[in-house]
Amino acid sequence: MNISAILQSSQRAFPVGAPILELDSISLRFGGVKALTNISFNVLEHEVRAIIGPNGAGKSSMLNVINGVYVPQEGSITLRGERLAGMKPTDAAKLGIARTFQNIALFKGMSVLDNIMAGRNLRMHASFLEVALQLPRARREEAESREAVEEIIEFLEIEHIRKTPVSRLPYGLQKRVELGRALAAEPKILLLDEPMAGMNIEEKQDMCRFILDVNDHYGTTIVLIEHDMGVVMDISDRVVVLDYGKKIGDGTPEEVRSDQNVIDAYLGVPH
Amino acid sequence: MLDFWFFLEVLVGGLLSGTMYALVALGFVLIYKASSVFNFAQGAMVFFAVLSFVGFMELGLPFWAALPVTVGLMILVGMGTERFVLRPLVNQSEDTLLMATIGLAFVIEGVAQLAWGVDVRRLDLGIRDEPINWVMDKTGMLVSQLDVTAAAVAGIMVAALALLFSHTKVGRGLRAVADDHAAALSIGIPLKHIWMLVWATAGVVALVAGMLWGARSGVQFALVWVALKALPVLIIGGFTSVPGVILAGLIVGAVEKLGEVFIGPFFGGGIEGWAPYMLAVLFLLIRPEGLFGEKIIRRV
Repeated sequence: MNISAILQSSQRAFPVGAPILELDSISLRFGGVKALTNISFNVLEHEVRAIIGPNGAGKSSMLNVINGVYVPQEGSITLRGERLAGMKPTDAAKLGIARTFQNIALFKGMSVLDNIMAGRNLRMHASFLEVALQLPRARREEAESREAVEEIIEFLEIEHIRKTPVSRLPYGLQKRVELGRALAAEPKILLLDEPMAGMNIEEKQDMCRFILDVNDHYGTTIVLIEHDMGVVMDISDRVVVLDYGKKIGDGTPEEVRSDQNVIDAYLGVPH
Repeated sequence: MLDFWFFLEVLVGGLLSGTMYALVALGFVLIYKASSVFNFAQGAMVFFAVLSFVGFMELGLPFWAALPVTVGLMILVGMGTERFVLRPLVNQSEDTLLMATIGLAFVIEGVAQLAWGVDVRRLDLGIRDEPINWVMDKTGMLVSQLDVTAAAVAGIMVAALALLFSHTKVGRGLRAVADDHAAALSIGIPLKHIWMLVWATAGVVALVAGMLWGARSGVQFALVWVALKALPVLIIGGFTSVPGVILAGLIVGAVEKLGEVFIGPFFGGGIEGWAPYMLAVLFLLIRPEGLFGEKIIRRV
């Protein structure tokens, strides 16, 4: 199955639109260590945007900046024309930015269903008292969320493991559940931190299919980090390449693939 | 020959006090689950809560008014603890947090006695510590009204909290925070709110526990040591498991009463005080994570 062929041939339900997220001259330092230096790029609505680069290039730092885990010393982040300053992860979540983690960060003690239900947190507004007393709003929201979560479970084809504690699942399925938890928040932008890391070919293909399906079905804008160039090139609309915390390439997969700087970074330069 | 009704009477007595152990232990579990803090001050909170309740009644407040006032006070104490003691220590080791709660225990005990004095007080809930007549007539068993009422209240409270924390948004939030901070934040669960919530809940649990114990044994400083009763319950049930502490509370209650009556005589009596700890030590040897606790796997 050639994924790029599918991507190109299929009519997209949500065509790529105007910039939804703009990063301008982002610099991030930890003490004297420069993690990111003067990085600018944008993400278009409904686009699949990849950030690639060798180990230690600053990819995860970049994602953590977008997610509010790190606040960059310089530069600005603009979401839908609104500048975000001093954003925290919970703020990012409220603004419709959901994410997955490089080393799966599921709630280990909970079932698949509860994990994805937890992802609905911001879609449920009942207060502690309403929940404790099981007042109508709390019950209604619980039922609505359950419905939404069932839809996601079906979408990700994990019906059979609904009640299984996540810690008992194989790696590939755990990654899928984590994707489900992120989707449960109905995000505008989905950040995926190495969604294919540590997977075998089959699992990688499954994950690629789900990422494209999410984009196509929900219209979610996707920003994904990958270490492995091959897969990403197939599913991304545009690619940013980082190396040593600097941007060395930006463009369509074809452009990036033939860029000399990128080739040098990945294959090394003869001395 | 073992008298069946007598055995049952002892067992029932044990299970009834067991529900109250479970209630005290629940206060620990809530906080430990959400924030990995072993709250040494839980016993002090029990003492402070019921002493304040009695204090408000002495000031002339009727029962129905003193109760919500004290609940409010305990919520404030719980939230204040989170804000001023634990939040400044965020990301510190569990040992540091434990030490902080030991300090907190002294402060709370001190403030309680400073505010309300050191006298032993009576708390009358209007239920007498007398056997229920019809049970005595039918079976010859002596089952105290107060014990049954206290166990019922504790049981309802434990069940309600167990349901709240297993099947609702609040419960998922709590467990999410307990499992993974970064992931909880990424789906918009604010750690601070959850922590305040569990501390406030633990405060209210402390009040209920204090009232039930205080009604039986008087409101006095010794209530602080009620928390020690919770320790074997926690070890047996697992520090992170609500169903675990319920079951363990019942086990501890039954073991100490049955042990006292049926095994005690071989040791010259008085084993009630240490039998639960022996059981806890056995558990530590055989199943250190407790009945339902999470298996501890550490890379060394």
